Amino acid sequence: MCFGLVATPPVRYNRTTPREGREPARIMTEIAARHVGQPTERTEDLRLLRGRGQYADDLAVSPRTVHAAILRSPHAHAEIVSIDAKAALSLPGVIAVVTGEDVQALTDPFLVALRQPLHQWSLAVGRVRYVGEPVALVLADDRYLAEDALDLLSVSYRELPVALDPAEAAQEDAPLVHEAAGTNLVSVRDFSYGDPDGAFAAADRRIALTTRFPRHSYMPIENFVVVAEYHEGDGAWDVLANFQGPYSTHPVMARALRVPGARLRLRTPRDSGGSFGIKLAVFPYIVLMAIAARMAGRPVKWVEDRYEHLLAANSCPERVTTIEAAVRDDGTITALRFDQLEDYGAYLRAPMPGPLYRMHGAMTGAYDIPNLAITSKIVVTNRMPAGLVRGFGGPQLYFALERLIQRVAVELDLDPLDVIRKNLIPAHAFPYRAAAGALYDSGDYAKAIEIATGDGRLDDLIRRRDAARAEGRLYGIGFAAVVEPGMSNMGYLSTLLTTEARERAGPKNGAISLATVNVDPLGAVSVSADCMPQGQGHETVLAQIVADQLGLAPDEIAVNLAHDTGKDPWSIAAGTYSCRFTPGTAVAVHKAARQLRDKLARIASNTLNLRPDDLVFTGARIQARDNPDNAVAFARAAGVAHWAPATLPDGMAPGLRETAAWTPPELAAPTEGDHINTSLTYGFVFDMCGVEVDPITAQVRIDRYVTMHDSGKLLNPLLAEGQVLGAFAQGVGTALHEEFVYDSEGSFLTATFADYLVPTVNEVPRPEILHMESPSPFTPLGAKGAGEGNCLATPACLANAVADALGIADPQLPMTPKRLHALMAARDEPAP
Amino acid sequence: MRELNGAARHRIGFTLNGRAVSGWAEPRLLLTDFLRQELGETGTHVGCEHGICGACTIRIDGRAVRGCLYLAVQADGREVQTVEGLADPDGALNALQRAFRKHHALQCGYCTPGLLMSLTDLFARTPRPSEAQILDVVGGHLCRCTGYAGIMAAAREVAAEP
Amino acid sequence: MKPPRFDYVRPDTVEEALAVLADFGDEAQVIAGGQSLMAMLNLRLAGPRVLVDISRLEALSTCQETGDCLEIGAAVTQADLLDRADLAEAVPLLALALPHVGHAQTRNRGTVCGSLAHGDPSSELPLCLAALEGQVVLRSTRGERRLDAAQFQTGLLSTAREADELIVAARFPLRRAGAGHAFAEVARRHGDFAIVGLAAVAHDGQVRLGVAGIADRPEIREWPFEREDIDAVLNRLAWDLDAADDLHASARYRRDIVRGLGPKVIAEARSCAN
Repeated sequence: MCFGLVATPPVRYNRTTPREGREPARIMTEIAARHVGQPTERTEDLRLLRGRGQYADDLAVSPRTVHAAILRSPHAHAEIVSIDAKAALSLPGVIAVVTGEDVQALTDPFLVALRQPLHQWSLAVGRVRYVGEPVALVLADDRYLAEDALDLLSVSYRELPVALDPAEAAQEDAPLVHEAAGTNLVSVRDFSYGDPDGAFAAADRRIALTTRFPRHSYMPIENFVVVAEYHEGDGAWDVLANFQGPYSTHPVMARALRVPGARLRLRTPRDSGGSFGIKLAVFPYIVLMAIAARMAGRPVKWVEDRYEHLLAANSCPERVTTIEAAVRDDGTITALRFDQLEDYGAYLRAPMPGPLYRMHGAMTGAYDIPNLAITSKIVVTNRMPAGLVRGFGGPQLYFALERLIQRVAVELDLDPLDVIRKNLIPAHAFPYRAAAGALYDSGDYAKAIEIATGDGRLDDLIRRRDAARAEGRLYGIGFAAVVEPGMSNMGYLSTLLTTEARERAGPKNGAISLATVNVDPLGAVSVSADCMPQGQGHETVLAQIVADQLGLAPDEIAVNLAHDTGKDPWSIAAGTYSCRFTPGTAVAVHKAARQLRDKLARIASNTLNLRPDDLVFTGARIQARDNPDNAVAFARAAGVAHWAPATLPDGMAPGLRETAAWTPPELAAPTEGDHINTSLTYGFVFDMCGVEVDPITAQVRIDRYVTMHDSGKLLNPLLAEGQVLGAFAQGVGTALHEEFVYDSEGSFLTATFADYLVPTVNEVPRPEILHMESPSPFTPLGAKGAGEGNCLATPACLANAVADALGIADPQLPMTPKRLHALMAARDEPAP
Repeated sequence: MRELNGAARHRIGFTLNGRAVSGWAEPRLLLTDFLRQELGETGTHVGCEHGICGACTIRIDGRAVRGCLYLAVQADGREVQTVEGLADPDGALNALQRAFRKHHALQCGYCTPGLLMSLTDLFARTPRPSEAQILDVVGGHLCRCTGYAGIMAAAREVAAEP
Repeated sequence: MKPPRFDYVRPDTVEEALAVLADFGDEAQVIAGGQSLMAMLNLRLAGPRVLVDISRLEALSTCQETGDCLEIGAAVTQADLLDRADLAEAVPLLALALPHVGHAQTRNRGTVCGSLAHGDPSSELPLCLAALEGQVVLRSTRGERRLDAAQFQTGLLSTAREADELIVAARFPLRRAGAGHAFAEVARRHGDFAIVGLAAVAHDGQVRLGVAGIADRPEIREWPFEREDIDAVLNRLAWDLDAADDLHASARYRRDIVRGLGPKVIAEARSCAN
């Protein structure tokens, strides 16, 4: 084994400089990045390590609170004939039973991105469409009693035929999941960029493959939690939930509840026990508990259990991709053609079909391929609804694209690394406009690969493979080159619509971030912002950013990211998802802190009789650049804004509270030609690995794994490394272990942690991590999103290595011993 | 013989982090729920309630066990230790907690209390555990954030401390 | 999920426990470590009227050599056993197999006898009991009896224990002079139930091979060292076990593991024998 932290110093590039020019003219006081860029230990840890976190289930609730449990469908598709709640209601301690009839009467179906009648309520109405679908809700004095009552509910069903496999469900004669839609194939869109037909006609070779990306979830260890209360006097709800955003879903919830947004106050706790996209999917339960609270006239608390979570919380969509390359004999790819069929399960829950379109502008990956054809199809099936899962469309894309690159190399008898290198976007091309519209901000992909393969790393892999093969062992090497998007364009999903439909609906673009920084009369600084951290360490990073701006220490900055839609800044892009923190929220906080700094500089310049430009903020003082003794304490300058507004410079608003908004102009709406810059930042990841497959057990051992990242400027390398390590472990899970499995009736076979296999420490080696920094010119801090890269790269890289080890063309995910054994076993088994 | 009616609540007492505590529990009440809801000690987390994820791991009579596979009534009279009892007497983080922070061994922190209790148990019995012993103990936990690298680094560091 | 309601009884003596079992029969459920039972209760897959907690019974907490056996009381945890410094000498197969049983945290609470009582066909301890030809000691108000592993293990999650009986101990034969032992298992992850578990004992010119995870209980075969058609023997065994497909493995995969790992486990046991 050879996994150690590599002490290679980060390679720094300054080919592009962070954009400051577009900012309004400002006072250019000196800012030294003393804390940003440092591997600062986390402030969050001080409470979490003591068991004093503030997770949703930890917070006190009203003594009047009742507890909910949900009855779920045992059938994949059935009519609900009747629900008999008499016995349940007669159980002492049971307060109410809520059914689909109630939610149909009191709420509207959730808004759907398509104009198809795919109605979903928070409980099944008339019909169940997947195993695990909520059918009824019991409220009782405690959770134990509520579960007792579930056992007494009697529901009769009339079973219906099921549509499970995406390709079969898309056939015309398949059983319909939503009869009113008239088809399961609810959306088909064709896109063409450049001249794909011409390129394919002129190609030396056409090389194709079909991949299936399986259903799974990076499920957090903390399950969903909702506490909902209805305030009769206000006609408004107050809900606490471990929701993660995007807050574009808040209007969806408010519309379902038939209230203006201000009457749905949604609070999120300070701590969340992981999310990885999953906790968006708590939103239908927020509506359900809200209605139940109103019906019961009491606060309702629901804590999802693991069985429910596995069965019904959330899955990534399954995607079947047929990808074809037009190739020259030298390995140059001149065109790509994608045919993507994506299964969203029983309902198209907002903001689906995000995964199918989130990468749309960047479908050509790290490669300079001018011609592109895409067919994107959406199918509904009798399986759990799909939603956000870390990577969000990226893993599906790259499993197809990077497997194709490996196949091109095999078919043309070329080195896969040469095929990658030959097609890379050249360093001089940045900012680079990809075929379908993505505007890649910065990078030097060839250099990144040179560093990763250098220092003998690739030679070592080859040596290991040669030695293993000489002994008859099954050893393979894999590569993957991946562009990692950061901060989604809020307009990308409208690419789903035709140009005409987009015009009717009105333009959608941008991605707004909002943050507030406050300085109190004693000079103490506090921060609130529009992110819902789930372990990323946002409090620490924001403290670093603000500390640099104000000349303070990070531990002097109080960051509390518990969020309250009634009081804190937010817009539709709010949340923590799609790597929007560093390119989004962090920028808004940076801007708010700069605004405060500018204001304080002007206040101090009055006191010190200096120009603001001549001041530096350091050591909790504001002082003359060339005479540190000429200074005013930070706290004293702050106090002026509170205690003596009359002495403030002309035109200056009193108080010291600045809210900043940020939306990057690069995130434009889709063009008439369906070009869309789907994200703001585009990092680069290059992975390579060696694996060995056991000839008897068919288990895959990761022998060595190298992962190279360019995420622009790293705000906190310790935390950035944590993101890489976590995404890598999840990528290993996708590659080798994790899958939601249904049987032929649609029953769910992976409803405990004994059957849904999350990798343990024994399955996850430590990868060798390398960094380089190509700062983004589109973000003031030069930073890019960095949280998803290995979710995109690792499954493809490991699959390429296994394909190389076994000489197979179609390694399916997850590459379980059962699957690999079927490929490896001799055709004829010894007879009995 | 202790006989407890399943429909009634019974007085349960034990030592929690060195202090005597007591509360009321039906026989079926899980110890995790007793700690969190009856005693208000929410540091012990619930992840799966079927004994696999390890988030609820606590120490009972000096052994790391799954809190979710333990009834509150079974803890009567025992010595229970949870994450809230780990810090040094002056309130400072102890060596294992400090190592976790230094090596970024936690992100969301949800699985962390269980891991800390398992490793506390390991170091109490085996001050110089081998790599295999650390792997065996950490292998009894699911963490979705860290890829386990920081956890292993922290455990190795504590194992190597004089 | 939360367990259904049950009464809870914690007897102070074995006799009290037996009396409760005599009264309640199959409406009573014995709990020792509860590492399988509690999960089943939480998932509401079990619903006893009364839970009989024997985990604190001193009389069942001993582990001692009696005659040619290591007699392990019903309240002895897997960790207690693994902590015995002489285990590798006394019952080497247990020392080899126990680290594969769950995780450290479940071994701290789970008992040896509880695992035998649960009768999961893929678990390690029933396989060891069968491979070593151990016994289970059952007691009721009617008396005490000892069953050989082959009599006790009756199928998938089922044993020959009568509803009023308490397993008070398991008896694992001590290592016989010159015997060699080996254990191997294939699981998806370390600590998971075995897809296939293999235990081999080589002694006095004979090899005993036990297989878990395929049939509905551990299956044992025995043959002399000098047989040269080991591959054929294992192939026949692989087919005899009537393997089935499931989520984690195909029937063919299981048979191939027996064919592929079997010779290695046997060779390992033989190499330890002298």
